[in-house]
Amino acid sequence: MNSILSIVFKRLLIGLLTLWIVTVIIFAAIEMLPGDIATEMLGQAATEESLAAFREKFDLNRPLHERYFSWLAGAATGDFGISLANQRPISELIGQRTANTFFLAGYAAAISVPIAVVSGMMAALYNGSVFDRLLSNSTLAAISFPEFFIAYILILIFSVGFGWFPSLANVDVDTSLGERLYITFLPAMTLTLIVLAYMMRMTRAAILNLLALPYIEMAHLKGIKRWRVIAVHALPNALAPIINVIALNLAYLIVGVVLVEVVFVYPGLGQTLVDAVSKRDVTVVQAACLIFAATYILLNLLADILSIIANPRLLHPR
Amino acid sequence: MHNLFLQLRDAPVSAWVGMLIVAFYAIIAIGAPLFAPYAESASVGAQYQPWTAPHYLGTDILGRDVLSRLIYGARNTVGIALATTALAFTLGAVFGLLAATIGGWFDVIASRAVDVLMAIPPLIFALLILTITGTSVVALIVVIAVLDSTRVFRLSRAVAQGILTMDYIEVARMRGEGLFWLIRKEVLPNAAAPLIAEFGLRFCFVFLFISALSFLGLGIQPPTADWGGMVRESAKLISFANFSTWQTATFGLAPLLPAGAIALLTIGVNLVVDWVLHMSSGLKE
Amino acid sequence: MSDILLDMKNVAIEGYSDRQWKPIIKGVDLSLKRGEILGLIGESGAGKSTLGLAAMGYTKGGCRISGGQIMFDGQDLTTASRNSLRKLRGKRIAYVAQSAASAFNPAFKLINQYCEAPVQHGVMSKAQAQSDAVELYRKIRLPDPDTIGFRYPHQVSGGQLQRAMTAMAMACRPDLIIFDEPTTALDVTTQIEVLAAIRDIVREYNTAAIYITHDLAVVAQMADQIKVLLRGEEVEQAPAREMLANPQQTYTKSLWAVRDFRRAPRPPREDGESTLLDVKGMDASYGTTKVLDNINLTIKRGSTVAVVGESGSGKSTLARVIMGLLPPIEGEVIYDGVPLQKVGAKRARGLQRHLQMIHQMADTALNPKQRIKDVIGRPLTFFLGLKGAAKEARIRELLTLIELDPDVFMNRFPSELSGGQKQRVCIARALAAEPDFIICDEVTSALDQLVAEGILRLLDRLQRELDLTYLFVTHDIATVRSIADDVVVMQNGKIVEQGPKDEIFAPPHAPYTELLLSSVPEMDPDWLTDLLEERMTAEQSQ
Repeated sequence: MNSILSIVFKRLLIGLLTLWIVTVIIFAAIEMLPGDIATEMLGQAATEESLAAFREKFDLNRPLHERYFSWLAGAATGDFGISLANQRPISELIGQRTANTFFLAGYAAAISVPIAVVSGMMAALYNGSVFDRLLSNSTLAAISFPEFFIAYILILIFSVGFGWFPSLANVDVDTSLGERLYITFLPAMTLTLIVLAYMMRMTRAAILNLLALPYIEMAHLKGIKRWRVIAVHALPNALAPIINVIALNLAYLIVGVVLVEVVFVYPGLGQTLVDAVSKRDVTVVQAACLIFAATYILLNLLADILSIIANPRLLHPR
Repeated sequence: MHNLFLQLRDAPVSAWVGMLIVAFYAIIAIGAPLFAPYAESASVGAQYQPWTAPHYLGTDILGRDVLSRLIYGARNTVGIALATTALAFTLGAVFGLLAATIGGWFDVIASRAVDVLMAIPPLIFALLILTITGTSVVALIVVIAVLDSTRVFRLSRAVAQGILTMDYIEVARMRGEGLFWLIRKEVLPNAAAPLIAEFGLRFCFVFLFISALSFLGLGIQPPTADWGGMVRESAKLISFANFSTWQTATFGLAPLLPAGAIALLTIGVNLVVDWVLHMSSGLKE
Repeated sequence: MSDILLDMKNVAIEGYSDRQWKPIIKGVDLSLKRGEILGLIGESGAGKSTLGLAAMGYTKGGCRISGGQIMFDGQDLTTASRNSLRKLRGKRIAYVAQSAASAFNPAFKLINQYCEAPVQHGVMSKAQAQSDAVELYRKIRLPDPDTIGFRYPHQVSGGQLQRAMTAMAMACRPDLIIFDEPTTALDVTTQIEVLAAIRDIVREYNTAAIYITHDLAVVAQMADQIKVLLRGEEVEQAPAREMLANPQQTYTKSLWAVRDFRRAPRPPREDGESTLLDVKGMDASYGTTKVLDNINLTIKRGSTVAVVGESGSGKSTLARVIMGLLPPIEGEVIYDGVPLQKVGAKRARGLQRHLQMIHQMADTALNPKQRIKDVIGRPLTFFLGLKGAAKEARIRELLTLIELDPDVFMNRFPSELSGGQKQRVCIARALAAEPDFIICDEVTSALDQLVAEGILRLLDRLQRELDLTYLFVTHDIATVRSIADDVVVMQNGKIVEQGPKDEIFAPPHAPYTELLLSSVPEMDPDWLTDLLEERMTAEQSQ
């Protein structure tokens, strides 16, 4: 067990190191703004006093590394400082919105993961069948269509055409869960369609790779029933690659959510990020980027660690 | 050359469809001023005209001819995407091949740097940097090219490493061949097919990426005609659409036209890429 | 109960490639009595594995049985339902694959994989199967038979895995076992143990077997009958002893003859015996693993030195160190009185030119995107500065020298050549530099015997004509016997014994050399039996 623990530990360490470097990069962004932030934000006409007050408020007078560590400590506890644009605490602005974003991504994942894994496995088992070919063609569409194209087609059909679902996903704190699921159905479907084909294709490839291995052939030559070969011999070994596929796609979902939120005017973190970028509200951009990047990195880290644990050669060292 | 003709003759229907689509876009993009009935960003009619002559695809919020803007959009969007891909590819392939061939500390440093860049989702990274640089075309091209070059780096490094384990590389090294010769004569010819395919895939990615940024209002800025931006501008029209008459139904199509233009080109490129990949994997057997 | 267990009649099998079905087996008959062992031999591409699998009613993906009849104990496998085939496999017909390492599922312990077939076929309970497994492990002489089954495949060595797989095939006490090259991937000293184990267990349970191999000497030990295949067709079949003593067909005779190749003895040199290459006190390692330990070696001009050893002995590393591909930690290489730089790239071009190396796999040693004329032309330009017509004339000369027609081959790509032709091109490329010294790293081991013999003859001729010095790295004792002047035996990075061939091959041997030499299968059908007896008595006398 020792070697696997040390591999996991090493991977964990690399993951955390990456995360730390990313926080440095994100923090450094504000320093790279051309010119003086205070002058930039308040305009050339600002008085010396108001500039000084601004600097005081945003803590710009302390040395860089001190500011970095207090920013990092704040971020770790959910306090991201104050918005440059409207001077309100960022955590107030993005708290609920972050929750909304995770809700939407989780909703899409709950639909797409089971469908993708099951149908990817079916496609692998019935390799070359009509179903399999249909799947590989749908993948082409999924990688070629921009997210907003899929979104608007869904809106045109299910919202404008049939009137089944709203085209705007307006939710607030008081929206009940059932209503929330209904309102966000089209955005969740859009996300599902985006990741589904990828996930299916990757699952299919993982299983097909596995089925071509000599020990699977050996199991057939031992006269083992087909379902047993799949369930007992293939699946335990397919676990690592499939876990990997799922985690990678969840990471992708978290990012794909940005565009979908904009299309459906959904009050999420992505929407906030886009607004903040166009307003050049750097502190908010930093906060949103950090949340997105950290989630992405942690999901990738999780994927790697799970697939290390699922590898029998590492699990039972010599 | 003769070989290429043979391969073209044997190309499957899907590859031909892909090549036709790509050629169609190329012609439109190059000859945009010839084909467009109106100027790129001039108001030539009333706001939101339906699909009737002389505005066959209607007009937009400022009364600009949608067909003309679509045609110019081919030139702008595809042109910028192509420039970005070319830059990304040059950067990524040069560093990737060098890292694999030289190895040692150069490889370690380059690979670690790429690992960190790739740890951040590209869209998020791009948004962060565009906040700082602002959204000029040059900034857009450089930022996206650098971010995207990481993937080219990974692929070309992996491909080159695969080739470098071959004994013929060892033979060349034993002979005392220089670095440049190794890369140009031994590695590149064998890496060509996967790299060409990767160019296509990277183009699709960059193209979709720029369109997405423009759709968010953070990419190519108006009044330059651009498909992502056109989707954004016409997005709210979709809720005015109804299917009672043909004229009103076209409102629903307003954002779908530029979005579909993006999708079609991406499909075309992907079809060609699939064929190239298939050919290169077939040669290995 | 009929005496004939398996009766295959006019079996044809096709494989799908390049959008059409191409024949792999072209109407072969095969019949096997109960308890009989049939050796199936042939070179690569002869279709022996395909035919062996067909005896289970099975074909690899992309292949199909296109004709004929496969009667197993009265049941036609070509028409049998999937389910009835499944019930036969593992229970009455079992299979032992070439690579045990990849044929065992990495996720399960050996004994659980052993138990799977008997339990699933309802032959015995899990507990019965487990105790049965231990008994078979003991019979097949696995170390720690009581506990070895509770290990995972990657925790067991290659030779042990191969025996564990034979035990697994035996689990349901099948009537027939297909052995598909079970010892090809193993070293000779390991091979012996596996061969003995297989033979004992098959005899004990009177199991019929089809033993597939390309090694004549191995098949001589195992089989009652031998069938020779060539390109999907039967050449001949006869009882083993008869076939070995008196092969009928020309092709079979040529297979037999390969092993008899001996190069002509050399006349003594006029310039006396001068040293061409000297390796002194060489240590080398990969990372922290030491792979070469104090190697001292002298190679005389015009001679052939063979370095023999099993995998992991460091013989290929020695070649790489001499060529400057792996800088040694300690020691030096002296070429013609001049000490060489440790790193090959730092050696003077004029010096490095004299040392050339030919690789084992001609496939990967030729750049697939370069024409033959460019492959051979590059060293001509690089080392000798030849260009234009002079270069082309020299390329033609070299191709003629290696017995390939320049008009046909100059403009071809490597993929348009056969394995033997590719190896010849590699030789020509080495010769282009006009070297004195050539390292041949297992140059014949990826080739079929007949082709390999051709390469050895060519190398021998070139040595005489061009006064070349060879360092032959090989694991094949037969090659050493046929071509070497001096022999160096290596084990675990050390030289165990070295000297003139006749001395090394004549007793008394160093213990490892003895083990190595005695483990090489001989064409004598009694060889294995005799050897095992000999070793047994030697053990008892100790």
